[in-house]
Amino acid sequence: MTTTDKTESTVEALPNEDAPVVLSVQHVAKSFKLPTEQANGLKMAFLNWTKGIKGYKEQQVLRDITFDVHQGDFFGIVGRNGSGKSTLLKIISKIYKPEKGTVTVKGKLVPFIELGVGFNPELTGRENVYLNGALLGFTHEQIDEMYDDIVRFAELEDFMDQKLKNYSSGMQVRLAFSVAIQAQGDILVLDEVLAVGDEAFQRKCDNFFSDIKKDKTKTVILVTHDMASVKKYCNKAILIKDGEIVVNGNKDDAAGQYTLENLKAEGKEIPAEDAEQGKPEEPEYELGLSETVPVFNIRPAGSPVCTSESGFQFDIEYEYNGDEDFYIPMSVLDVKRGGIPYDCGPAIHLTERGHHVAHFTMPLTYLNSGDYRIIATIRVTETPGNFITWKQVAFTNDKNSCDFAIRNNEKEGKDYALLNDKAMNITLTKLDD
Amino acid sequence: MTDVFKKFGEKYRYSIVVFKELVKTDFQLRYQGSFLGMAWSVLKPLMLFGVMYVVFVRFLKFTDGTPTFPISLLCGTCLWSFCSEGTSQGLLSIVNRGDLLRKVHFPNYIIVASTTMGSMISLGLGLLVVIVFGFFAHAHYTWRVLLVPFSILQLYCLVLGTALILATLYVYFRDVAHIWEVVLQALFYSIPIIYPLSMVAKSYPVIAKLLLLNPVAQPIMDIRHNLLSPEYVPTVWSSVNSLGEAKASNAWLWLDSWWVSIIPYICTFLILWLGIHLFSKYSQKFAEVL
Repeated sequence: MTTTDKTESTVEALPNEDAPVVLSVQHVAKSFKLPTEQANGLKMAFLNWTKGIKGYKEQQVLRDITFDVHQGDFFGIVGRNGSGKSTLLKIISKIYKPEKGTVTVKGKLVPFIELGVGFNPELTGRENVYLNGALLGFTHEQIDEMYDDIVRFAELEDFMDQKLKNYSSGMQVRLAFSVAIQAQGDILVLDEVLAVGDEAFQRKCDNFFSDIKKDKTKTVILVTHDMASVKKYCNKAILIKDGEIVVNGNKDDAAGQYTLENLKAEGKEIPAEDAEQGKPEEPEYELGLSETVPVFNIRPAGSPVCTSESGFQFDIEYEYNGDEDFYIPMSVLDVKRGGIPYDCGPAIHLTERGHHVAHFTMPLTYLNSGDYRIIATIRVTETPGNFITWKQVAFTNDKNSCDFAIRNNEKEGKDYALLNDKAMNITLTKLDD
Repeated sequence: MTDVFKKFGEKYRYSIVVFKELVKTDFQLRYQGSFLGMAWSVLKPLMLFGVMYVVFVRFLKFTDGTPTFPISLLCGTCLWSFCSEGTSQGLLSIVNRGDLLRKVHFPNYIIVASTTMGSMISLGLGLLVVIVFGFFAHAHYTWRVLLVPFSILQLYCLVLGTALILATLYVYFRDVAHIWEVVLQALFYSIPIIYPLSMVAKSYPVIAKLLLLNPVAQPIMDIRHNLLSPEYVPTVWSSVNSLGEAKASNAWLWLDSWWVSIIPYICTFLILWLGIHLFSKYSQKFAEVL
């Protein structure tokens, strides 16, 4: 993150500090009772009672959450699955009651949770719109007025008299979202809207978000896993981890930290698996390593989240006990799209035997945002300088490879391709009449 | 005065909007896919009446010989259908609408109220049929008909209270549905619908009086008494004197006191109060439990 970015976002957030607080969450805590035994009947309830079994264990989902949302904010809530985001949204929407703390809402709050407001599969699309509208507080006449807009936005003109159970999931979400945004609430609470819906509808949502962002009387609270949309729309964000706010306020910090959490989690899961599988045999060396190369791994030197300008620094730690000359070819994998954007081939030629740490830097000038992984192998050549006949003696396994992510502060929304404009430009050469 | 109404309307505007729409939805869903649709609200009690009339009145001779017994049986069937349907649908209502509760916040007593109101609409249609049939079946309409709406209101309060209690229990204990089925059956036989009260009073006058103290039986008897024939259908009010043979045993003497007649009203009030109290206490947790 460069300093210029930070100042930009604070400048953006500044005017809202003067705006009135429309949603205030103060010291909210919530725990759930997870049933350990099936106690869904009188018999089990009675038996558990006689045995003195509680029949459940407490799980603290949220601990002491405090934040304010000002009028006109586009407020992002990010966090990994199970971090308590949805519970928080339900508490904000008053569906759940907080155990401790208070939630104060000023104005009309329109929730969009669990992919819809309250849809009944046995009713037709039209009837559902009216039911939904009623739940949002609109009379029949008021819905009559906005009915056409709702249907047009959802692009479901031909389906309104069909039962909802015959709709595809994408269509249901479109209809529900359409009702929610036409409801003209002061605060719109959106949970995972962008995950469903086809590209055309996402573009429509995109336009809607851009419009509502300009409207300083409307407030939006958005929960999403898509960091690009957090950066694009939100002016503030919080990151929740294990029921606590880790990052409060700055959207770039929240998004960056979120990406970092996910990268960490990837690394964590694999050793646990290995440990379980490896128990009976206890192999002396990990996958890809041997007596010749007992240590070989790649680690980020700094933060694994970087920008195209900053480049990426990483270290390779190795121990080579062989006799022949060796070199270390490295490849950069594109984790999301697949494929190998770059391979350095035999360029890195090391001759130092023994235990060493080599430091590298990789420019990322030509790449856009994405998730990447560096893998490497150690190859030996029988005759120095001959890279055609070689033997592979070590490679980095999932655990020893290095994951990193590029997160650019791109505002124009052109950040999705692999290469950016610096790498290539398409030029118009000739235009026929 | 209009100000008070206006304020009340504003405060409960949202609840009323949701209530209307849910009643409508419930009604749509109930008869969805059936050819006769809403006609079933009338046809069902009529057919039930047909079965009972043939079995109990024709074959088993469960009749007190009064000319209004058949129409009184029809009326009783309609009223009982309302009680059993209202409570058993109300019992399921919260769980069935779980998807709604998990997505949006609204006063959830509306769900139970709208479900019982749906049964109430069926009852209204049924009573219309009863009144029409009454003209051909010796019903004696007097000024007492004016008292009927009060009894219906009382019955509705009772059903609503019971439904609130049952719906709350059902969220936590699914056994309640099965238990309630049995209780309903027992209640049905305890109310003098398919048999005349005089049949019981002949041999067990004390039990006849106790039966009338049942908070379900009392309004049903009252409605039939006031609507159809004040002469032939006894109520708890008239039973104080007309079934006075309870004096046989001194221990039951209290049954002849005037205040005994109030017991069913007190029970109704208590059930409604308990229902509201229980429901409001636990309703905040429904979304989490479901």
